[in-house]
Amino acid sequence: MSNIDPIKLAGAKAKGKRPYFMDNPDVERLTNIVLVLTQELAVTRERMDTIERLLERGEPVTKAAIESFRASRTEADERGLWTQEYLARVFRIIQQEGEAIETGDEAESEEVADELAERA
Amino acid sequence: MADTQYTQERKPQYEGPPDYRVAGQHGMYPNVSHDESARFNFLAQMNRHLSTQVMPFIGKAYEARIEPERIKTEGKPFASRHEVRKALAKDPIWQWWSALRRATMESRQQAGRWVVLRQADELNTKAADLTNSDPRLLLDSKLPLPRGVEAIDHHCMPGSYHTELVEGDITGPANYDIGLFATTGGMLGLYNDGGGKAVAEWVRKNLGEDFKPKRILDIGCGLGHNVLPLAEAFPEAEVIGIDVGAPMLRYGLARAKSMGIENVKFIQGDAADLSSFDDESFDWVQSTMFLHETSYKTMPHIFSESFRVLKNDGIVLHVEQPQYDSSMSLFEQAMRDWDAFYNNEPFWTKMHEVDLDDWMIRAGFKQDELIHGGVAAIVDKDVFPDAADDDSEDFGRKAAWHVVGARKSA
Repeated sequence: MSNIDPIKLAGAKAKGKRPYFMDNPDVERLTNIVLVLTQELAVTRERMDTIERLLERGEPVTKAAIESFRASRTEADERGLWTQEYLARVFRIIQQEGEAIETGDEAESEEVADELAERA
Repeated sequence: MADTQYTQERKPQYEGPPDYRVAGQHGMYPNVSHDESARFNFLAQMNRHLSTQVMPFIGKAYEARIEPERIKTEGKPFASRHEVRKALAKDPIWQWWSALRRATMESRQQAGRWVVLRQADELNTKAADLTNSDPRLLLDSKLPLPRGVEAIDHHCMPGSYHTELVEGDITGPANYDIGLFATTGGMLGLYNDGGGKAVAEWVRKNLGEDFKPKRILDIGCGLGHNVLPLAEAFPEAEVIGIDVGAPMLRYGLARAKSMGIENVKFIQGDAADLSSFDDESFDWVQSTMFLHETSYKTMPHIFSESFRVLKNDGIVLHVEQPQYDSSMSLFEQAMRDWDAFYNNEPFWTKMHEVDLDDWMIRAGFKQDELIHGGVAAIVDKDVFPDAADDDSEDFGRKAAWHVVGARKSA
């Protein structure tokens, strides 16, 4: 047997200096961690979905049954759609930042409040 | 799933990657568990989310604020793609997209490496059993690595094409193989062979049934997923793949044999020096998504060597993402350059600006011998997304390519 340590080596760094994109690299490091947590929740959801579908099929829910589960095309599409909806929810703030580009400058609520409070 | 409940009439048509579990299970495929498959599903969806839901905002930001700001402060438009890229890099939407794209790439590597490294001994033994003392695997442990391969791990793949963690290690290529699905959203098809299938069909259609190659050389073949479809389409041909990475070649032969493809040899070698092959000894010299991983210094040698080993009436074909020319906006060029600077593809930028026609002519071809075309991955459309019909654009990643080549006069 070799002494390859998969836990340590799986996350090895690729050769070449890593670029950071955000103004604060700590925000980016945290973003990396959040992305993986998002990923792992999706993995758990897919496992739950598999268990539910096995139950619906009236099949015994064993580890072996989960491992060998194959979604039908319709089932796979449902799972894919769920993931797309999930990603849209997680990254909502980016969508809104994107929409704001098109909208351009908007009034802040405080400005409107001041305006509405003006006497006639 | 439970909280995604649409009525039948309002159910949106699903567009996106298929379930990871439809990927073709050849004999070298590692065991991929339920959760590991789910992880690849997530990553494929994440890449699609970034390309279809986030990236379009960058174009909007460019038009709405980046380009106008440039005009306002400098009084003139951008003069080069590098100026555009540097301006994009200051914009928050580009920063978020880039940070998430890089993070997704790194997570994909971690996911794939975990799968193959946890079963490294079994995989390495299987590859050894399939390739030991097989004359179709010719390795040269003294072959120097080109600087471009040695300096940086291409597309953030730790260990790149050449690293062996133990003697006879093939976990690097196995990881590459099983994760292509996540990067391309399944667009390369059953055995990641949709690109090669498209090239084979393109050749049949454009060169006709009379073109019957006896010897095909694939330069920079990697694990062979692009060349095996050529070996299948031309079963009478002797197909040779060369690459500098020994693990790729070992895995490539084991994988090919496990798929029942026997007319292929894997030889360790550098495409810039084909001196082990005779003049005019191949009917077809092919490269697929390879030139961008070479260098400005070696490209003339690659082109002249390809010309030298080519028989009269033979073809050279290079399949790549489109070249940058005046018909492509500086914005698109800058977006396509992302991989060069942020995904460890350092030669990508320079390679895409050269005039490939001119390089072919300098290598010995005549103007009227040049070939131009385009191919999109051919996949089983009932199962995999069809790149030709897909409107989404993931600059540099889409499974649709340009073909630049030449046919040597008889």
